[in-house]
Amino acid sequence: MSPLGDGRVETRGMTKLRINGESRDVEAPDDMPLLWVLRDLLGLTGTKFGCGIAQCGACTVHIDGKPVRSCLLAVGSIGNSAITTIEGISATEAGAKVQKAWLDLEVIQCGYCQSGQIMSAAALLAANAKPDDADIDAAMAGNICRCGTYVRIRAAIKRAAAEA
Amino acid sequence: MLRASLAGGFVLAFHLPVRGANELEQPSDNPAGQFAPNAFIRIDHAGKTTLVMPQVEMGQGVYTAIPMILADELDADLSQVVLEHAPPNDKLYGNPIFGIQATGNSNSIRAFWKPLRIAGAGARAMLVQAAASQWQVDPASCTAANGIVTHAATGRTASYGDLADTAAALPAPTDPPLKDPKDFTLIGKPLKRLDTPNKTDGKVIYAIDAIIPDMKIATLAQSPVFGGKVAHVDDSAAKNIPGIQKVVVLDDLVAVVGDHMYTAKKGLDALVITWDNGPNAQINSNDIWNDLRAASRKDGVIAKSVGDVAKGLTQGDRYEGEYELPFLAHATMEPMNCTVRLTPGACEIWTGTQVMTRVQATAAKAAGVPIDKVTVHNHLLGGGFGRRLEADMVASAVRIAKEVDAPVKVIWTREEDIQHDIYRPIYRDVISATLSNGKIVAWKYKVSGSSIMARWFLPGFQNDIDIDAVDSAVDMPYDIPNRQVAYVRAEPPAVPTGFWRGVGPNNNVFAIECFMDELARKANLDPVAFRRGMLGNNPRLKAALDLVAEKSGWGQPLPPRAGRGVSVQPSFASFIATVVEAEVDNNGEVHLRRVTSAVDTGIAVNPDIIVAQLQGGLIFGLTAALWGEVTIDKGRVRQSNFNDYRMLRIDEVPNIEVHVIKSSEDPGGIGETGATAGPPALRNAIYAATGVALRRLPVDRAALAVNKA
Repeated sequence: MSPLGDGRVETRGMTKLRINGESRDVEAPDDMPLLWVLRDLLGLTGTKFGCGIAQCGACTVHIDGKPVRSCLLAVGSIGNSAITTIEGISATEAGAKVQKAWLDLEVIQCGYCQSGQIMSAAALLAANAKPDDADIDAAMAGNICRCGTYVRIRAAIKRAAAEA
Repeated sequence: MLRASLAGGFVLAFHLPVRGANELEQPSDNPAGQFAPNAFIRIDHAGKTTLVMPQVEMGQGVYTAIPMILADELDADLSQVVLEHAPPNDKLYGNPIFGIQATGNSNSIRAFWKPLRIAGAGARAMLVQAAASQWQVDPASCTAANGIVTHAATGRTASYGDLADTAAALPAPTDPPLKDPKDFTLIGKPLKRLDTPNKTDGKVIYAIDAIIPDMKIATLAQSPVFGGKVAHVDDSAAKNIPGIQKVVVLDDLVAVVGDHMYTAKKGLDALVITWDNGPNAQINSNDIWNDLRAASRKDGVIAKSVGDVAKGLTQGDRYEGEYELPFLAHATMEPMNCTVRLTPGACEIWTGTQVMTRVQATAAKAAGVPIDKVTVHNHLLGGGFGRRLEADMVASAVRIAKEVDAPVKVIWTREEDIQHDIYRPIYRDVISATLSNGKIVAWKYKVSGSSIMARWFLPGFQNDIDIDAVDSAVDMPYDIPNRQVAYVRAEPPAVPTGFWRGVGPNNNVFAIECFMDELARKANLDPVAFRRGMLGNNPRLKAALDLVAEKSGWGQPLPPRAGRGVSVQPSFASFIATVVEAEVDNNGEVHLRRVTSAVDTGIAVNPDIIVAQLQGGLIFGLTAALWGEVTIDKGRVRQSNFNDYRMLRIDEVPNIEVHVIKSSEDPGGIGETGATAGPPALRNAIYAATGVALRRLPVDRAALAVNKA
């Protein structure tokens, strides 16, 4: 516990996290967003900072398989839930399919948003094996790509879904 | 070193992050005998073939296209190829078009096509000569393929690695024979990109991911009002936040240094900063526009004159048009950042830049060290779009680092990134034209706006003409007997202006193609037929127009309030015709239905990358047309993040078909072409759908609404 200038106190202690199947201890204030825990404390830099206000999706990770924007997710709220990041997504069936389809169809340009795109797409496919265009729109509209790879993202999700 | 196995048999080893040039000059395996015939190719005894990339990769695919050109002429063993970023060195790696090491203007392949082919072919000729000398045979009787020289008559072979020493002793040929394009083995094939495998699993390192031992993280606040200064900082609350290392107060910015970005940001939010707003606190968009409109009434400097425009404007029916384009931010997905390590007398930076030598010089100046004491670690860029043609993020990072006793990574928040961009300037274009018998008799065109060249590249601003501002206007593709293009330099107060994907042609193609549609309507001609009738001297563009008309279903029936719009452009030495199909609902909202482009870009080095660049560029341009506008109020940028500086999202983007026309011409540029093509085609689709001739961007929904609010 350490005093803050405005009189509040901040919890500061070891937090145990389950990340990509491993247990990791981090020393972080409870209100620190998971994004910065991953990037600045654990060196897992695959998860990207894009906007800080859950508008762009570059920071998307999975919490118990569900896509979540880590830039606004307080690390203290995660508890024992399983965190999956882009570094661990290939271990999931849907994730591996998405990664392969992304390369097969050459989705990627600058690539900065693509960790988030792949995480959103993997979560979609894990929940819905045969998404239609409306499903893809609903699952992917939170992920901005400034290079404009959307046409290929849509095609690659369909390609990944078609892989038996 | 990371190894990535790629489909299509193209297996490359990829060095990430960058190794500096100094390390490369002392290869550990063969310090003396490495074959290094030029700045782009080195082959060691083991056959490892290092290709040095003079241009930077920001998504446009140049780290695939350049190796394809080099390796094709070299007949390299692809399994032995390793890529490296070039170090800062204008002499060795300067872009032949700019004369400095810059990646921009869609000219990487245009500028380096010949030099890289000569580099590859020259190295190959030396290796073949080395083998022929050893075997005492005529070099012409030897062949090379896959990193091996063969003398078929005697069945002898030698690998490039084995020949390295002998070849290294030979003089480099000045004019080596280049391959006949029919003999290309790589160029023209849709080979897999070399930079993408590590972009699927989080392994790729962008500058923002750089981790330096003992590094601290900083984030900054610059004066919200352009040109303002720090008056006072109350840091009493911030100082008590655990993990805050330092509050850095400079004359024009404040930075908080912390153990990680979270504390740095929290610290910045806890500061009470009083700014001295300076002279710009009352600047607003309205006044800036009024100033530009006033400036656009001046005559301007004539940049191009054909025939007699004054006389031509008295012949036929005369029409006028004025078009206006807004300030735009770049909003690269990777926010501005730079990591700095200062040691006595030296400076090291980790960044992602389009201008290697400029950031090196900028860092040197800010650090107060000689240029050769600055090491630049460049990275793959998380988007460039022109923003990283600037060095401001490096200058401020070094200035902050000077106040910190540790290496420091400075990360801009998205809000800083949008509010302290170097903006695409506002433009106003004024056109007068006369029509007679369905043809344009005279065309008088005047562009008014900021000169980016005057600040960024003075050779591009001579005789008061900015060559970028008039690009695609002075060389407009239509057969018009009387034509004049003028330029009025008009700098907005305080708002810094810079290059933005599509650069000058973005503005000029928009104005030209919009007015062409209005003239077609006056002439009672179909927009495709009207253009086609004036493309007699431009067969490549005419062929692209014909193809896109066919592929887009031009002329086929559409629902009410849906329309197709066309645009054509010769910009960046690529000939592109585009049709956008859109529907406008009764509230004035615009829905994209379909986009089709046909492109003749000369030899398509990698046709799949051409397609991808156009697909992405079209979305970039359509995003701007539908949503992009930075506005100024009380000297500040009003927009701040993706909530109010909108991007198109996947649910708003239709299928985009791109048809690549086979060509044997030298390659044209491609990275920016889609950004230029999309907006006029969309605007013309809206015109077809509603009859409303929009003359400003972004699209004004209120003007299109049937249900008036």
